[in-house]
Amino acid sequence: MEDGGDKKPFIRIENVTKTFSGDVVVNDLSLTIYQNELFSLLGASGCGKTTLLRMIAGFEKPNAGRILIDGIDMTDIPPYERPVNMVFQSYALFPHMTVEQNVAFGLRQEKIAKSEIHDRVAAMLKLVELEGFTTRKPHQISGGQRQRVALARALVKLPKVLLLDEPLAALDKKLRQRTQFELVNLQELTGITFIMVTHDQEEAMTMSNRIGVMKAGALQQVGTPTQIYEYPSSRYIADFIGAANMFDGVLRREDSGAAHVECSELGEKIMITRHDMAESDAPVSVMVRPEKMRISLTEPDDAAMNRVQGIVKDIAYLGDMSIYHVQLNSGRVIQASQLNFQHTAERKITWEDQVVLYWHPDNAVVLAQ
Amino acid sequence: MKKPLSTIGGRLGRIGVLLIPAFWMSLFFVLPFFILVKISISEVRVGVPPYTEIFEWVGGLAFHIKGSLANYSFLISDTLYLDAYLNSIKIAALSTLICLLIGYPMALGISRTVGRTRNFLLVLVILPFWTSFLIRVYAWIGLLKNEGLINAVLQWAGIIDQPLELLHTPFAVYLGITYSYLPFMVLPLYATLERMDHALLEAAADLGARPARAFLSITLPQSFPGIVAGSMLVFIPAIGEFVIPDLLGGPSTLMIGKVLWNEFFLNRDWPLASAVAVVMLVLLIAPLVWWQRHQQIMEEKQG
Repeated sequence: MEDGGDKKPFIRIENVTKTFSGDVVVNDLSLTIYQNELFSLLGASGCGKTTLLRMIAGFEKPNAGRILIDGIDMTDIPPYERPVNMVFQSYALFPHMTVEQNVAFGLRQEKIAKSEIHDRVAAMLKLVELEGFTTRKPHQISGGQRQRVALARALVKLPKVLLLDEPLAALDKKLRQRTQFELVNLQELTGITFIMVTHDQEEAMTMSNRIGVMKAGALQQVGTPTQIYEYPSSRYIADFIGAANMFDGVLRREDSGAAHVECSELGEKIMITRHDMAESDAPVSVMVRPEKMRISLTEPDDAAMNRVQGIVKDIAYLGDMSIYHVQLNSGRVIQASQLNFQHTAERKITWEDQVVLYWHPDNAVVLAQ
Repeated sequence: MKKPLSTIGGRLGRIGVLLIPAFWMSLFFVLPFFILVKISISEVRVGVPPYTEIFEWVGGLAFHIKGSLANYSFLISDTLYLDAYLNSIKIAALSTLICLLIGYPMALGISRTVGRTRNFLLVLVILPFWTSFLIRVYAWIGLLKNEGLINAVLQWAGIIDQPLELLHTPFAVYLGITYSYLPFMVLPLYATLERMDHALLEAAADLGARPARAFLSITLPQSFPGIVAGSMLVFIPAIGEFVIPDLLGGPSTLMIGKVLWNEFFLNRDWPLASAVAVVMLVLLIAPLVWWQRHQQIMEEKQG
């Protein structure tokens, strides 16, 4: 799976830079987003993701670079003339208008017949399951319903691109999970390109076709959720997305073409299968996800497995799975997670047990330092 | 269920807090108002006090009330009073409108600035209050009179040969009222505009509304409470205004405040003057009651 495959480039962000009173918020950023994609901009707060979204919407003007949507340069086009609509983090519903008036507002700005506006608004409210709430004011409906009004208000305009600024941040966890699926379904149903800003990596992972991870105004990695999780391009990404155990060492290539990492902390070689991201004899980190590590009281039979000894110091029971905190001989604690196939009472491994952690070389990801 | 002591204490506290303004209003508003009503149904006489007593004791606890509505019927029969009332309403309403037209852009402009600029502009709005109201109105006489600053500059520049008749005109009255009451319009407007969520305007723009359209559909309705509050604060004192029409106005700008003053101090007809005052009060309270009801309805709507 290469970036976007054979899809058509739809939004081109070319060398865009944005500064606010001297601070560089977005730094020479380039990105291509394809038609029908659900693309997430993921990053910690202050990384510039919202500013980038606001530049696509037209609320901020880039200091340098340009933004093209469907081949047209949008740099000098005001927000009210862009084929783009936005779902605001606060929803920004008009408090003095009813649900129906809010959704119809965008269409009223175009030269569209009253009857058509009425039909389109009704169809859109049906789509987001708000038919019974047309005459309510925003303060008379729940948070989840408000979110759907904001969505309907933006989608009814049939924009080329829908921008979503932390659309689920204000919802509670259960509702958020349900709405995630609803949003993905809406995206597939309408075929509109979605660009979503979020700081929630789980949200980005479950919803997106592709994710762009941002840090300090620049994109760190762009790829599918699988690419980003399984093959992070840097230690930052590996740490930011999910949990990661890191081992520092030096990459050694053997004559046979195989490679391993000499890790002084473990006192052992770490066997690896993918090593194209670093030079021979270069310092590297090896990243192993906790769920890729198996935990056992006895040594595994398979000689191909990487292994390390340790003592169980803590067990975090999460219901569906448990996370074992295992202290290595070096004193460092690493994590291994196991699905709880059995009841806790029947669990064999417990505190202070001497255990072996082992993992397949395929699951060791080499990252340049 | 037993109520905890703190709730009872809290309720007493709330009643206590309400008692103070209630006492204040009774002493300085309700009581004087009834005295005024009492005088207004009495008759004028020469002496101290200059009106007849309406209660006549007939022994024991029984008494007759000798009052008449003659003063009120006189107010209706003599067109002077009706004209003065209508003129007051007209001048106050028009001044309010002018204040709104000038004050709205000012308030909007201030609400769009930030930090020190905003504070500086707000101080500029309030600054005139630091001098006496009377002095500021007198200052306008100096500016507007025939040999005043405005005429002097215009004549010096060669724009006019003869001094313009500015003072003692309706223009001078409107100018004086607008100038004096503008801050009362700007401040409540600013307060509502400043509170408005800027994201609403971005949302409007995002949905295709040009700036003018967004103003009419979003900003204006959102600032409606400020418009009403500001208009009340200008209209109500303006309708009873005495100093400005007296100093800057002429015969064509007769307002009810001036009539009231004349009845009290020139004619010494306290009963008639009281009747004028009672009618004026009713005229002023009517819009207030309306606004109160409107607010209540709005609050009920907000749930």
